[in-house]
Amino acid sequence: MTDMRGDLPFAMGDHTFTSRLIVGTGKYRTNDEMVTAIRASGAEMVTVAVRRVDLDRRREEGILHHLSPEEFFLLPNTAGCYTAEDALRYARLGRAAGLNDWVKLEVIGDERTLLPDTAATLEAAVELVADGFKVMAYTNDDLITAMRLEDAGCVAVMPLASPIGSGLGVVNPYYIREIKRRLTVPVIVDAGVGTASDACVTMEQGVDGVLMNTAIAAASDPVGMARAMKLAVLAGREAYLAGRMAAREIAVPSSPTTGMLDREHV
Amino acid sequence: MTVHFVSIVLNGKSRVVRNGLTVAGLLDDLELHPGMVVVERNRKIMARESLQATPVEEGDRIELVHFVGGG
Repeated sequence: MTDMRGDLPFAMGDHTFTSRLIVGTGKYRTNDEMVTAIRASGAEMVTVAVRRVDLDRRREEGILHHLSPEEFFLLPNTAGCYTAEDALRYARLGRAAGLNDWVKLEVIGDERTLLPDTAATLEAAVELVADGFKVMAYTNDDLITAMRLEDAGCVAVMPLASPIGSGLGVVNPYYIREIKRRLTVPVIVDAGVGTASDACVTMEQGVDGVLMNTAIAAASDPVGMARAMKLAVLAGREAYLAGRMAAREIAVPSSPTTGMLDREHV
Repeated sequence: MTVHFVSIVLNGKSRVVRNGLTVAGLLDDLELHPGMVVVERNRKIMARESLQATPVEEGDRIELVHFVGGG
């Protein structure tokens, strides 16, 4: 980004990324719209899911027909897995596609909230790291789990802003800030962002990046929202680096209080 | 008696294929490019190099997966 003055690319695993926005590829109305939106977002890393080929061909073909691994860093996920065992299976299937040895590890613990099963996530992370994976672990906004995932060797820890697809924004900025303060590996906030202001607030917490899918795909105009998200992530990052003023619950005038007309000189 | 057909479970559905068909031949029949799918046979991921030499056998449980949109 040439318009980013204060920021540097960030390293994750054995890669360096300039864009701090990572986007998903799910839920778009058409493949063309997806590709256009992803390009507009400026994202370099893009998540994909592993699923059965539809042998009846009623659904669209695989995503590699639309997204080139030359253009984007494709990150296979383990979305939809409810056990560590399933997550390992999906991660290995994703790796066998031959793109890279990275995985967005996700082990869900509850259908209603899609909140992560942190114990199973940790268990799977340990195994995948031992198996040579670069693991980016989706987790709760819980500091202790985040620290354990870092200890397990994950290349990034990804606490949620709020539940997947909820669009509720960052429900717990303090926890996010504290996770960022305490970890050495990149912290990417994954899930829950609803609109540009949420992305901006997320980045203002000092995290290394933000991952989103529904906020862009489910917008009335996904391409427009993708552009907005790109700008919001840049704005939030710049604001964080610039250091915000202290908030206070009393007004402080911006203009001089001296030199006002018709007043006694003091 | 020669066995002409074998029964397998392909992506969760029962299917009958001709005896002697290789996994690569199965993909070909389905018009799937081997570079675009990953094959799991009886819970073991197959190396692409072994597709040509591996016959589909009676009772095989085969999963063909690929990347789709996801977050």
